Amino acid sequence: MLVSGIKSRPEYHGLTIDPYAKRRLFVLGGEGALALLEKPELKDAHFRAKAEILYVPQGSDHAATLRAVGTAGYWEAPTIPTLLVRLQVILSTAHMGLRLYAAGTEGFIGQVMQVGADAGINFNSIRTEHRGSLARRVSCVHCKGITENVTTSPAVCSHCGLTLLVRDHYSRRIGAFQGVCINAEVPAEIPPVEELFK
Amino acid sequence: MSKNVEHPVEVAAITPVADTVKRFHLVSVDGKPLPYFSGGSHVVVTMRGTDAAGAPVVYRNPYSLMSSPNDPGHYEISVLRVLDSRGGSHFMHDRVKVGDRLILSNPVNLFPVNGTGRKHIFVAGGIGITPFMAMMDGLASVGGNFELHYGFRSRSHGAYWRELQERYGANRVNLYCEGEGQMIDVDHLLEHQPLGTNLYICGPAAMIAFFTDKARLAGWPEENIHSEQFLAPPSGKPFLVRLQKSKIEFMVGEHQSILEAIEAHNIDANFLCRGGACGQCETSVCSADGEIQHNDHYLTDDDRQSGKKIMICVSRFKGGELVLDL
Repeated sequence: MLVSGIKSRPEYHGLTIDPYAKRRLFVLGGEGALALLEKPELKDAHFRAKAEILYVPQGSDHAATLRAVGTAGYWEAPTIPTLLVRLQVILSTAHMGLRLYAAGTEGFIGQVMQVGADAGINFNSIRTEHRGSLARRVSCVHCKGITENVTTSPAVCSHCGLTLLVRDHYSRRIGAFQGVCINAEVPAEIPPVEELFK
Repeated sequence: MSKNVEHPVEVAAITPVADTVKRFHLVSVDGKPLPYFSGGSHVVVTMRGTDAAGAPVVYRNPYSLMSSPNDPGHYEISVLRVLDSRGGSHFMHDRVKVGDRLILSNPVNLFPVNGTGRKHIFVAGGIGITPFMAMMDGLASVGGNFELHYGFRSRSHGAYWRELQERYGANRVNLYCEGEGQMIDVDHLLEHQPLGTNLYICGPAAMIAFFTDKARLAGWPEENIHSEQFLAPPSGKPFLVRLQKSKIEFMVGEHQSILEAIEAHNIDANFLCRGGACGQCETSVCSADGEIQHNDHYLTDDDRQSGKKIMICVSRFKGGELVLDL
């Protein structure tokens, strides 16, 4: 059971390359590496000279290929939080003319966009491409805890333990989908669990 | 039905502020506060008078609100006496006296300050300064980060430059007097601006195009580039318009817009800006045996090619008959 047709559901239109950016920052997670590696622009030395990559492999094996591309910068993070800190530091001293690109799972993109927006970037100007699993970052509306990598609905909140219906209702501010208790009236009633976000 | 609310106002003061610019201080007739507005808003001013031959005429022009958005007790607008006027700006300059009444629409904002922006750069040419006066007042009251770059022909043509520099300081208010050979260094301005900077341009079309292009070429995203320009409805040869639903047909005069001709026949059509910017007066075209001359900057190229839509505030028609779904 998925509540659909909700406007806040993000759309990812792909890593369209802005022709005039002075500096392009590609923030990639896991399979998101392919979104950049498949770009024909990578063959252009001028393009590579203005491109920088922040990558968190998340178990994928694209790190060596990405590093070998020869962009102006390449930095590999062990985890998403460490990557986000690095991103924050880069953006805090960046200037207009920088273009931010993000590719990976929805949860990853959402967190990159949060950091981008915090640095003053208009979220509409961030180019995004969804790659890899459909797993969601879910925010429990009851305890406000965030559960990562949710693949089912309903799903159990990793903080308060309530059984949550995962909705398409999305918050850019917290970079997560909304989870609402599905059995508040009759707690004993647990609806069948569907694997919707593999 | 148009959704337009009317606010009758009285002209409380008229102040000449530059060679061809007058400021009008407007208060509501019933003494109640006018609606709050946000910096960048404009109102459509309806003026009723008589033409040279004594026949009644109605002029409607959009003017940016330049008074403080935090003060609904009065509004201020500044009117440039346009050389090639269709009547409205000359009426405001030559006929309107203190104590006269005018009708204002609700304020509409097609040029708002981007609230999530970190820094705001305003670029004004001539009378294009007016929306920025309200924007800067609003930003100053919340400690916003902004700077103004204001160009004018001569010190006597430029309005408000002295007061603005006194109020906000020469660091924030940068003046460029064309007559003294001062030019803005655009490339320098666009370089090294912090992330989250927004650029706002208001002035002549060529100036807007120039700064917009420069910002794009400097890698600024579209989302951070804002501009506003009201077009006066251009004149042209008269043409025949038929309104399908109202079952009426009439000629649109040389110096008249379709919207004005419709209003002259007491038919109520939607409008907001009357300057080709807002999209409110978009009208479906039933048939047109001729060429629609799109003068707005609202419709997309696809819209124009479809031949099914027209902005009746500024666009014209060349051919036999234009049939509108009104």
